[in-house]
Amino acid sequence: MITSMDFLLWAKGPMFQIAIAIFAIGTLIRLTEIFALGRRHNYAEARGGELLPGLRTLYKRFHTDPGTLKRAPFDVVVGTLWHIGFIVVLLLFIPHVELIKSTFGIAWPALPNPIVDGITAITLFGLTAALIHRLMHPVKRFLSTGEDYLIWGLTFLVVLTGYLAYHRVINPYPLALGVHILTVEVFLILLPFTKLTHIFTSFVARWYTGASFGRKGVQS
Amino acid sequence: MALSNTAKKTLGESLRDQGVSRRGFLKFCAATASMMALPPSMAPAIAEALEQARRPSVIWLSFQECTGCTESLTRGFSPTVENLIFDVISLDYHHTLQAAAAVAAEQAREQAMHENDGEYLVIVDGSLPGPGANPGYSTIAGISNLQMLQDTVAGAAAVVAVGTCAAFGGLPKADPNPSGAVALSDVVKDKPIINVSGCPPVPMVITGVLAQYLTFGTLPELDEYNRPLAFFGQSIHDRCYRRPFYDKGLFAEGFDDEGAKKGWCLYRMGCKGPMAYNACATMKWNGGVSWPIESGHPCLGCSEPDFWDAGGFYKALSVPIGDSGDVLLGAGATGIAIGAAAGILSRRKTAAAKAEHEPVTADELEQKL
Repeated sequence: MITSMDFLLWAKGPMFQIAIAIFAIGTLIRLTEIFALGRRHNYAEARGGELLPGLRTLYKRFHTDPGTLKRAPFDVVVGTLWHIGFIVVLLLFIPHVELIKSTFGIAWPALPNPIVDGITAITLFGLTAALIHRLMHPVKRFLSTGEDYLIWGLTFLVVLTGYLAYHRVINPYPLALGVHILTVEVFLILLPFTKLTHIFTSFVARWYTGASFGRKGVQS
Repeated sequence: MALSNTAKKTLGESLRDQGVSRRGFLKFCAATASMMALPPSMAPAIAEALEQARRPSVIWLSFQECTGCTESLTRGFSPTVENLIFDVISLDYHHTLQAAAAVAAEQAREQAMHENDGEYLVIVDGSLPGPGANPGYSTIAGISNLQMLQDTVAGAAAVVAVGTCAAFGGLPKADPNPSGAVALSDVVKDKPIINVSGCPPVPMVITGVLAQYLTFGTLPELDEYNRPLAFFGQSIHDRCYRRPFYDKGLFAEGFDDEGAKKGWCLYRMGCKGPMAYNACATMKWNGGVSWPIESGHPCLGCSEPDFWDAGGFYKALSVPIGDSGDVLLGAGATGIAIGAAAGILSRRKTAAAKAEHEPVTADELEQKL
């Protein structure tokens, strides 16, 4: 018989190692492949630098222009809200900081639990609202694929199971924690092979856009 | 240990002989009722039943253990009623406590089994080498632990596994488990088993289980690990007096830092309270003096299966088991190597396509048509 503790120790032990191995191999294959593609040499004379405009665009894309905000206020506000919420909960919750410290040997100050708890709730609301909007909006629904719903579900489950584990809603606790860890592992395993890769590639793409505009001497 | 004259006495008579007052006895019954989450009206019923109860014959088998469980159950700062209850069960066989040795000791066990067939309780502490393991790792009087267990359990009314080794395999079963140790429940399949886990278990828990058995003649309600729900129904975390600090986000980060001195939550020090189910937080140790977290040490989660292999004692509960850093480095290097190889391959493909490219003119194409 498999008990909840067996499940937790499997999820925390061998399964976690498998998940991070697939995540690291997959992500680095994709990133290295992208970088190895290279670009044809540009013989035109550069009209400006690449590095600074690249970094500037990296930042500016978070800072939505007024036109976009006016056209799609829901996407900008709710999208930004839950993304920030997700990142804050991921990086500033004490148990997560402890995990990062044990894996990478680096740590930073964490937020008090009640604050993380509140942000988690906001993130869950944001994600729910985003799904409803996606389903109600004819254009968004038309553009959505099965993969979009899959990664929405995964992201939502990761946050929801963490929230339930923290509030000790599911008993016994090893089961609750094990389910949370397992959903995170599925998330990590699928990350390199789905649109979740944007976690890494969006920065590369934004820098590249900015850099190429910078070289041409135009604003982006 | 088997004293035939006292064995015939009821529990009430034995307690009075030992100088336990009626008031003390009733207090114990009320505490037992509340401990087992029974309504207060059950206290007199418990008292009445215990008064009339005949001392049950108990055979205590000690296998691969450290005697910590026996120490826990027998050592008190003052003789409490629960100690006396323990004194007045007919403990017919117990390596550490019995005066008899060698052949006489084994005879006491066989006699108890014979005289109380189908009615005696078997208490086991320690794990035992499993059916597939070398029985030589642990023997008593030349009898393998497995053989002795099977012989003794055959006529038992119920079996109580005392301590995490008997309940879940404990330290002997910890990786790499050299002696092939197994838990009691791995080999005893046809008798009711109550697991009283803990390394060691809280003394009151074992007396509580015995009191329930004597009172109702039934075994207590059990959780998924066959542990009495009355004692193992709630986690250390949910009952911890330091819980408000967890909820406020105030943590000790060292044994001598400001947080430790102020008595803040020990989660970051590796406390396994959130996943440990036991009664320490409410019943405490040494007659209610203190318990590990109160004395400033994180809970090890000793009442849970595989607690030795559940990550480091001083690593937070969220920290994965194993060397994640090394796995990430290895996997990362592999990923870069494969990615680079794929990149080189696609560049070669592009170069080969370029080399093989033969320009055609519009005229040539027209001729082909």
